[in-house]
Order: sequence, then C-alpha cells, then structure tokens
Amino acid sequence: MKFLTSNFLKCSVRECDRSNENFPLKYNGEKCQLEQDESLEFNPEFLLRIIDRVDWSAVVSVAIDLGNSSLPSSKPEFTSEDLSDEDMIILKDLHTLLIKTNIVEGEMSCRNCGHIYYIKNSIPNLLLPPHLA
Amino acid sequence: MVKKYLLFMVQTHLNFRLAELESLADLFGVKTVDFSKYDEGSPFFIVELENDAQARAWISRSILTRGIYEYWGQGTTYEELHREIQANPLFKQFKAEYRNSTFKFEFDSFGGSSSGKLDRVACIESFKYLEFQGKIRMKNPDQVFTVIEEYEPLSDNVAGEKALRMFFGREVQKSDRLCGALEKYDLKKRPYKGTTSFEAELSLVSANIAQVKPGTVMYDPFAGTGSFLVAGGHYKALVIGSDIDGRMIRGKGSQTIKANFKRYGESLQFLDVVTMDFTHNALRSDFLIDTILCDPPYGIRESIKVLGARDPERFVGKEDVEIDGKKAYLHRDYIPTKKPYSLDALLDDLLQFASQRLPLNGRLAFWMPVANDENIETVIPLHANLELKYNCVQEFNKWSRRLLVYVNRGDGFQGPTNAGLERSKANFRDRYFSGFN
Ligand SMILES: C[S@@+](CC[C@H](N)C(=O)[O-])C[C@H]1O[C@@H](n2cnc3c(N)ncnc32)[C@H](O)[C@@H]1O
Ligand SMILES: [Zn+2]
Repeated sequence: MKFLTSNFLKCSVRECDRSNENFPLKYNGEKCQLEQDESLEFNPEFLLRIIDRVDWSAVVSVAIDLGNSSLPSSKPEFTSEDLSDEDMIILKDLHTLLIKTNIVEGEMSCRNCGHIYYIKNSIPNLLLPPHLA
Repeated sequence: MVKKYLLFMVQTHLNFRLAELESLADLFGVKTVDFSKYDEGSPFFIVELENDAQARAWISRSILTRGIYEYWGQGTTYEELHREIQANPLFKQFKAEYRNSTFKFEFDSFGGSSSGKLDRVACIESFKYLEFQGKIRMKNPDQVFTVIEEYEPLSDNVAGEKALRMFFGREVQKSDRLCGALEKYDLKKRPYKGTTSFEAELSLVSANIAQVKPGTVMYDPFAGTGSFLVAGGHYKALVIGSDIDGRMIRGKGSQTIKANFKRYGESLQFLDVVTMDFTHNALRSDFLIDTILCDPPYGIRESIKVLGARDPERFVGKEDVEIDGKKAYLHRDYIPTKKPYSLDALLDDLLQFASQRLPLNGRLAFWMPVANDENIETVIPLHANLELKYNCVQEFNKWSRRLLVYVNRGDGFQGPTNAGLERSKANFRDRYFSGFN
C-alpha cells in the first residue's frame, strides 16, 4: 500500500464515524516494513493534483508514525505553473514519500476503537469481525 | 464559424455508440454537434465543429468510432464525388491551405474491403485537380487524405461488387480504437486476469461514458481483477479499488493488478486496491471521488456477501475468545465471517454512496445483469439525487446486461426513487443456472 493511501483510509467501524479519532489510522512504526518503488517516475503535474486532495495533517501524523518527523506543519503551497527549483526539490521529496513509499507489511489501529488492521503483501485489509460490523 | 466534419464509426455495440459520443462531446465542451441527425443504422455522421482541435479532443478517446475527417465531399459515383468536392464552398481554401503539405492517400471502407475492387493508383490520379504540390510521404506526412467507400455487405465478410457511396476528407484524428487500444488491453495478453475480468472494448467504452477524466480519482468498489481500474488508468485517472475477497485483488505470484499497470506503462495511475466490504467503507467521507465505475457482484460466479454473521447467535461471545493471550479477532490471520446480502440492497447502497461522494455532475456507471424474460419486468434502481442518464443494453442469448449511468445532480434534483423496494423478483443466479427455463 502506498503511503498516499493512508491519507484516504479511516476505520471501517461505523460507530467510529461519530468520533474525530477514526482518521488517520495510527501506524505501528515497528511493525511496518517499507519499500521504495523506484519504477514510479516523477511527474510534477500529477503530484500537484494529488497534493491538492491530501489532508496534510494526516500526512504529517502518519509520517511521524513511520519515523519521519521532518515535514512542515502546514501544506506546502505552489504558486502557478512556474515551479521554482526549490519547489521541485519539495515536490521530489513528496513524490518519494507519497508515491514511492510502499508499506509492504504492517499494522495500524483506530485511535477511537483500537481495532487493529493489517497490511499483507502490500494490501491493507479493512474487514471487520461480526461484533464490529 | 463551424465547418463540416465526417465521423466514421463502427457498426457494433450500437446501444453504446451514441452514449459514448455524447459523453465525450460533453466532456470536451463540444456543443455544435446536432445529435438529432445521428443515424444508428449508418457508420457515417456529418457534424459541424468549430475547428480541428475540437474534433481531436472529441474523437481521440473514442472506442466506437474509427476516425474523424474534415469533410470535402461525397458521391454515389466517383464522378459525383469529384463534382461535389469542387462545388464545396471551402474547396479553394482547402486547395490553398494544403498546396505545399507533404501528404499521402489512404483508403478505408465499410461493408467489406475495397482491395481488389478499386484501382487505387487510378483513383489517386483522378484527384489531380487538387493540384497538391507537396511531396508524397508514406511516413509522417503533414496530411492524410482519405477515401472511404461504403459497400453493401452481402454476408459477414463479403462485400458487394460496387461501392454504394464514397466520401473524401482530410484525416483529423484517428480514434483510440484505431490507435490500438483494443489490442493493447486485450485480455489474452494481460498478465493478471480471472473469470470475472471484463473485456477490453466495453470496459473502455464504459470509462468514456462515465467520463473518467485525466488527473481525477476513479473508484471501483468491486474491483476483482481490476479490469475497470485498467480502463480508468488508460484515461489517466488515479484509480483505487476495493474488494471483499482478498484473493481476487492479490493475484498470484507475478500476476497482479500492479503488474498489469506496469505492462501498460501506467503504473503511476494505480493507487491501490484494498480488501474491504463496500458496505463497511473505509474511504474517509471527505475524500473526493470523481467517478465510480464498476461491475457489482450479481451472484453468478461470486456470491453477494457483506461483513457480519449469517447466524448471529452462533457468534455471541466470540469476540472474547483469545488465542495466545490476544483476542482472536485481532490476529493477523483472522478471517471474518460474512453473510449473504441482496443485490437490490447492495445497489441501493451503491447509489446512496455515489450521491454522497461524487461531485455535482460526477458520474456513477455500473453493469447490471438481467434475464430476458418477457414476463419479468426489469426495474432500474433510482435515487432522488441521481439522474439516470443512460441505460445501454448488451444482449446475449438468454440474458443481457446493462450499463447504467447516473449523474449526480445533488439534493435539489428530487428525482424518483425506488430504494428499499424489492426489485428483482427472481434471484438471477438461480435463473442463470436453471438455464432461464
Ligand atoms: C463481477 S465481480 C467484478 C469483477 C471485476 N470487474 C474484474 O475485473 O475482475 C464482483 C466482485 O465484487 C466482489 N464483492 C462481492 N461482495 C462485495 C462487497 N460487499 N464489497 C466489496 N466487494 C464485493 C467480489 O469478490 C467480486 O470480485
Ligand atoms: Zn474505529
């Protein structure tokens, strides 16, 4: 699962929708095994569209879970089509983090109900036991 | 100022062809086409467009057309064709504009091949009055001029002797079909596929009618082997899929959905597939989904299941069972139980989800199978916020399937709804296996 996908996944337990704690999930850094997918080429326009849709505070929080606390607390802004060299450096870093970083194996839990979800073979499993469904 | 263009279409999947053309016209802001002149019985459609750029945008993605040409003339004989071309009010302008371009001639036909029936060299000679001065170039010429002949098809691959009609025009855009999309996505050549994989042609057509847009997000809730994800990726959306059955989306060994994207050179478009019950959805509610395109389970090859216990009493207290000092349901290899669910309820959930997640004017498109019984009425699910835009039928022998396409019009739409009603009288799966008798 791409790091980016962590930005779209909440806890699947319906009751947790009433809390603000069901997103993002809390990733267990010790259990998460990361890999960089070098085959994904850098495409700044594509990335800008994506950055538009991400919840930045969730990016920061999952990055911290996974041991990266270097992100700024507010979403980087990019003005117009003209990207400066500095913008490009930031975008390349974000490409590495959001797109290339793959969680191959791992676990994450809901901050509200504590349910634990697993990532196996790069695929997160969000199914629930009957008492939570 | 508008100009005439000739659209040359394929004469198959006619129930989908107009929907594809209208959807692409709408997507690219093409407003000058008079669809009331569209004739389902003909592969030709003469339209008016502002310029070549519009024609290109409109047709480059199309699967059910062959190409679009600047219209120079037509006739039922070559004499008439040549007269018509020279009588075209734009003839002088055309001649001047392409006088020095490098060019070549191409021949295309409908109803059978023209090869052997037409002396192509002599035919090209007969266009001498165009007075082109540019070099003939077979590779990458500036312009391609095309003669399209229409034959009467006598039987499947046999054409009548003489062409009934001929058109002449300047090629503006070949369709996605003619640029190789069907060969590229042919299931036979796909690394990972399964019994539920959807054929290339209609999955691409579905993505066009659903108006999948570059740089937007497309979601397939019932992704299976990822056929619709691939179609969405082809049109440059960022695609995400889910499926309740982890084995389907995992693939085997090097045969995976990810490998399919890699093969097609579209790895960047593929976000992820997640194991999830659509009805217990984990996509955060403010995550913008532009398009939903899918083939829901209809209980033929795979049953319709959702999370939960079929027999809740059997599961009372199970949440307290521990293995190795840890709750059983928190173990990595725990497999949750599932219970049967009805297609009607699942489709209601799908429409409700679409009405909540899609932007205004965003589209939901999905396939629904129906038995072809005269006495069973097919009821199409409806939601108050969703306009049913298309209902395209693909007929098989004893059953058919429909592509239903909805547009999200928001709360103010207040359309008819039939949620919660039992729509399908007989279980499709039972009918399918009893041979529809
Ligand atoms: C007709 S198949 C779709 C096949 C897919 N278009 C493909 O390319 O292979 C329907 C899929 O829905 C899945 N499914 C069934 N119930 C589901 C649910 N409640 N949530 C998510 N997926 C479900 C099945 O596992 C199956 O893979
Ligand atoms: Zn929760």
